[in-house]
Amino acid sequence: MLGFVIQRFLQAIAVMLVISVLVFVGVYGIGNPIDVVISPDATQQIREAAIRAYGFDQPLWIQYRDFLLRLLSGDFGRSFIFNMPVLELIFSRLPATLELTLAAVVGATLLGVPLGMYAGYKPDSAFARIVMTVSVLGFSVPTFWIGLVLIFAFAVQLGWLPAGGRGPTAMLFGVEWSFLTREGLTHLLLPALNLSLFKFAMMVRLARAGTREAILSDVVRFARAAGESETTILRRHVLRLIAIPIVTVFGLEFGSTLAFAVVTETIFSWPGVGKLIIDSISLLDRPVMVAYLMLVAFLFIMINFLVDIAYAALDPRLRAGAKR
Amino acid sequence: MSALLEIRDLATHFASATGTVKAVDGVSFDVNAGEIVGLVGESGSGKTITGFSILGLIDAPGRIVAGSIKLEGRELVGLSQGELRKLRGKRIAMVFQDPSTALNPVLSIGEQMRMALAAHESVSRAAADERARDLLARVGIPEPAKRLDAYPHQLSGGMRQRVAIAIALLNRPSLIVCDEPTTALDVSIQAQILAEMRDLARDFGTALIWISHDLATVSALASRLIVMYAGRIVEDGPIGAILRSPRHPYTRGLLDSLPSMAAPGQELRQIPGSMPSLANLPPGCAFAPRCTHADAACNAAPPERRDGERGWRCHHPLIAVPA
Ligand SMILES: Nc1ncnc2c1ncn2[C@@H]1O[C@H](COP(=O)(O)OP(=O)(O)OP(=O)(O)O)[C@@H](O)[C@H]1O
Ligand SMILES: [Mg+2]
Repeated sequence: MLGFVIQRFLQAIAVMLVISVLVFVGVYGIGNPIDVVISPDATQQIREAAIRAYGFDQPLWIQYRDFLLRLLSGDFGRSFIFNMPVLELIFSRLPATLELTLAAVVGATLLGVPLGMYAGYKPDSAFARIVMTVSVLGFSVPTFWIGLVLIFAFAVQLGWLPAGGRGPTAMLFGVEWSFLTREGLTHLLLPALNLSLFKFAMMVRLARAGTREAILSDVVRFARAAGESETTILRRHVLRLIAIPIVTVFGLEFGSTLAFAVVTETIFSWPGVGKLIIDSISLLDRPVMVAYLMLVAFLFIMINFLVDIAYAALDPRLRAGAKR
Repeated sequence: MSALLEIRDLATHFASATGTVKAVDGVSFDVNAGEIVGLVGESGSGKTITGFSILGLIDAPGRIVAGSIKLEGRELVGLSQGELRKLRGKRIAMVFQDPSTALNPVLSIGEQMRMALAAHESVSRAAADERARDLLARVGIPEPAKRLDAYPHQLSGGMRQRVAIAIALLNRPSLIVCDEPTTALDVSIQAQILAEMRDLARDFGTALIWISHDLATVSALASRLIVMYAGRIVEDGPIGAILRSPRHPYTRGLLDSLPSMAAPGQELRQIPGSMPSLANLPPGCAFAPRCTHADAACNAAPPERRDGERGWRCHHPLIAVPA
């Protein structure tokens, strides 16, 4: 186990280094941010002084080296636009996205897996057909459109839920969360629903396909031959058998939603990192882009690591040292 | 006294695109308490489906379309799944051919045994583990206490099949359907498990239906033999008598293809041809197209003939029967 962790740690460092080069080169190829940093009517002198101050006159590899050195001391730089440390900026926005993502992915899984299992267990039932129809919709209708429909229906027409924003928040672990207040929860509901529909559809599909296969397996037949009830078989045999792909998709979806919930955040004016990164791209706020993309890479590495640990917990055949 | 299991005219069919597959078609036999009955026939002859029918484990598109299965005098055909579930594992159990697919790879042996116990009674974990350990020891698994925490992939094929047998024996059923439980194992392990099964069945007073396509295995174990061909029983009776003088040409063919029956160096004889599709069987004897004795009479279905303990379905039995 320790060997596994160390190996993964070294791998992670290598991956992060490669990513940092790619991100740095990629972002620096986008355009010259100096025009955003200083006002257009600044004199040539001011302009050159600024270029030198930011190090833009140096060759790319020197800029990269300086960036890495600053990184080692935990300094991701300051945002050109907000003029505050980048990390502070990102972390002030991250909780909003985190709670939105968690609500969406966890909700989609908790609902999608049982419904998908049911649809796989009784594929010909009317209820299974309804579930599958909803999942087809979740797959094929674009997120932004559903978001607009949700706002129109629940906020504009019915007036049950707010159309956007985070609502009041409460403090936990030194961070502000919406889900802790009643009204915050109502703000969270629609964007989370919007974001979860695609994931719900995916979980339904995954659970359904896995269940259909598992239900025909010898494992299930043998359990039936032992007189185990259908609920026991579904809950204790089938669920465990289909858990691996579900955990995989859970991890992937969690990571990618956390990183790129842009569309939903924009529609519901949810002040998360998705909106921040879009703004930073359009304003050429390089330090934010670089730090954000590296953070995303780091997130994925962490998620993959946790998913691998979950694999080992779920399937004894994948445990290190489990071979006799 | 009536038999433990009485099957009469059992017919289990599968609806398919190419027609109705008559996997089991008019099968009747008895199994007495504590008896070991061998059920042989080549691949696809309906042995497994007969076993599944007894346990009520036929899934759509299959269905028991006719006949009766009585266990301890109680009719099983037409029972609800709930009622059948209470019998499965408790009164009738089953062991499958491939021990590497029947056990759940992600659950420990102990957990799977506890689940099989919990299906029929509520026992404390300690008591369940106690019973599980006892049974593992009985089926010849060394260090059973350790094995409870093991996972199937940590055991050899023979050990896995022993675990499956232990699970089948857990609630002391009166009948176990053993569907080729040793076919996937190597020969020395096969022989061990055969011997152990015979002893276990005797000690537990459990009757066995031992399914196999290998006459040699069955003859080491069973007292009575049932030979199936294309979903029907073609011959049955005491195993010694059948081995000495088979009445049905198909049984003769099976015997001739046994390595032990051939002289050294001599080529094994095979039955020419292959079994007809169960979706469109010929109207008469299903074996006739492959049978050297066949003539026009075989276009009509052969009636069942009985002589004491022996029975056969053939227009041209190999041995003249005293009238
Ligand atoms: N789900 C199914 N749908 C259609 N036909 C089926 C189905 N299951 C079994 N059958 C048919 O039933 C027939 C009997 O199958 P069965 O498994 O009982 O044979 P078997 O005697 O056990 O053969 P083997 O020695 O290969 O195990 C086969 O010909 C098969 O085609
Ligand atoms: Mg079979």
